[in-house]
Amino acid sequence: MIRTPLRPLARIIRARSTGQNPDEIEAENKRQRHAEMADRARRRAEGRLLVLGACFLLAFSAIGVRMGTISASVPEEPRTADVGNPIISQRADILDRDGRILATNLETHSLYAQPPQMVDPRAAANGLAAIFPEMDADKLYADFTGGRKFLWLRRQISPEQMQAVFDIGDPGLLFGPREMRLYPNGRLAAHILGGAGYGREGVDSAEVIGVAGVERAFDAYLRDPANEGAPLELSVDLTVQSAVEQVLEGGMSLLNARAASAVLMDVHTGEVISMASLPDFDPNNRPRPALEGDPADSPIFNRAVQGVYELGSVFKIFTVAQAIELGLFSPETIVDTTTPMRWGPHRISDYRNYGPELSVTDVVVKSSNTGTARIALQIGAERQRAFLAELGLMEPTSVELAEAPTGRPLVQSNWSDIVTMTTSYGHGLSSSPLHLAAAYATIVNGGTLVEPTIMRRTAPQTGPRVISAETSAIARDILRQVVVRGTATFAEVEGYAVGGKTGTADKPKPTGGYYEDRNLNTFAAVFPAEAPRYVLITTLDSPVDTGGDEPRRTAGWTAVPVAGEIIRRIAPLLGLRPQIAQPMLTGVSLSAN
Amino acid sequence: MRGVLYVLSAVIVIVLGFWAYQQNYRTQETIGKVRKLHSEIGEAHARLRVLRAEWAYLNRPDRLRDLADLNFERLGLLPLRPQNFGTIEQITYPPAALDPIVRSIELSSSNAPDGEEPL
Repeated sequence: MIRTPLRPLARIIRARSTGQNPDEIEAENKRQRHAEMADRARRRAEGRLLVLGACFLLAFSAIGVRMGTISASVPEEPRTADVGNPIISQRADILDRDGRILATNLETHSLYAQPPQMVDPRAAANGLAAIFPEMDADKLYADFTGGRKFLWLRRQISPEQMQAVFDIGDPGLLFGPREMRLYPNGRLAAHILGGAGYGREGVDSAEVIGVAGVERAFDAYLRDPANEGAPLELSVDLTVQSAVEQVLEGGMSLLNARAASAVLMDVHTGEVISMASLPDFDPNNRPRPALEGDPADSPIFNRAVQGVYELGSVFKIFTVAQAIELGLFSPETIVDTTTPMRWGPHRISDYRNYGPELSVTDVVVKSSNTGTARIALQIGAERQRAFLAELGLMEPTSVELAEAPTGRPLVQSNWSDIVTMTTSYGHGLSSSPLHLAAAYATIVNGGTLVEPTIMRRTAPQTGPRVISAETSAIARDILRQVVVRGTATFAEVEGYAVGGKTGTADKPKPTGGYYEDRNLNTFAAVFPAEAPRYVLITTLDSPVDTGGDEPRRTAGWTAVPVAGEIIRRIAPLLGLRPQIAQPMLTGVSLSAN
Repeated sequence: MRGVLYVLSAVIVIVLGFWAYQQNYRTQETIGKVRKLHSEIGEAHARLRVLRAEWAYLNRPDRLRDLADLNFERLGLLPLRPQNFGTIEQITYPPAALDPIVRSIELSSSNAPDGEEPL
């Protein structure tokens, strides 16, 4: 490159000769040189900007194109990402306390039709009608030849039915995969499990959602993929549940009862080991709720949880336990039991006359209404109400079933003296058998509150103390006396020292008043009495024992023998060793020769 | 020196490219294998689920009870009762083992001296 000198000699000399300032020439040249330099620098900067802009354009268009392809393409799972167990089914299993299956899933197929693809609608309709008895060929044909483009035919079909439909050979009949909820044990524990149905349905899959029982209560847990298919473990024991249901069903039919329920609860953990309500249903094919008539007559009604009844004399132990806890009475205190007892316009009478006075223990053993009412008057309305609330008899149970909130006890709004007296022997306050089981567990386990649960637990509950351990021991002894020499002698099971209290309550008419010949018979049993492990509440609706000369309707003749038989069956299953007197050893000797 | 460096880096790039190419294909192959294994595991799980459901269905208490009733003559099964519990004293001890024979007595008469009574 040729550099122009700032002071070219020729021009300087010429300028000097003409008297001009040569510095002007230098300044002029300097200016030109600077202008050139500025031009060059600008061109370079512009070039760089262009390259940079091109880079940004390229980068942004690459991102834009990628975003476009991602949004426009079909979503696809990353092939290599390790997302844990890819095999889990849509809904987790439900197991009993020993891991036996109560509910699981089975893969089946659904059947749907796409009429536009059909070759021979007439043959398809006839073929389907021959396979599925509930389908009508003419109606199907009308559907197929109408304007519809898609219709569901069956939600679930068996593999045999699928093959038969396949053999029709019509391309318009299609199958979609389905997961089906299966309860392999049929009717067993039906009310606990509830049932499941389909939610949103698509061709390729359908949501399985719980509609009742634990299926509904734990719906979110069972469907949560984060649990990786971890099963739900219930506190129920399948074998015990089966034995309870069998004995209860036998007792119900022998005694011509309209319905029956049983609750078996661990007194320390509050676990419901067994809960039965008869009549029951098959959760694989859950009946629809009855739209007319009394919902309590429907088989899907869970009597043990939803049914609130005046349970009768089983409440007497609460009154007596509170009176002893308050120090007002001791088990030996003599109470006035003259019958009938008059209170204003009301009259309280005993089942039969037990004489003018009884000890507190005998008031419960003989089940004297008048004696309990007089004890309750000493306690007073406020304290009685507070005690029953503490036992959980005023609120719905906290058991994890969808139906639990509907089992709200019916409590008198005006807790007058007469309500205090009737409530002391179980009339005027309606609660469910499950409430009673929890309250009995609280009374006999040493006096700490137990809340019922259907989930498997490993540790005992440490609830707040309701009564002292001494009062609890006294209550256990009184309950044992009831079975040894009181109203529940049929519940004596050799080796298990059963304690308990009977309750025979008249059923209220829907129109008001009480039925003469309809009772709700309850037996609340505790075994083994000296160190209770389990509480069993057995309830029979309107039973009658026709074995004797005249029909007998009291709990002692109906609910008690059934409960005794249940205990005889389940106690060995629960692993309780009977306390049998030492057998005489005969014919056994140590010998060697 | 610089030329050697250029050639060396070019060779390294070529080798790395070849290695990456191979790795790519091996990864693809492994992914295919994993996918196949996953589907096999899935099928096995589905089979297992069916088998477990079948097991539970065949072992349902109702059915076992009916079977026990049907085969009562052969099996004689009854529900467990409190009477079925025993005490430890009711179990006989196993017979004591024989003491070792330390002084054996010869009971054969083959070597007996003459005149002695044969066994």
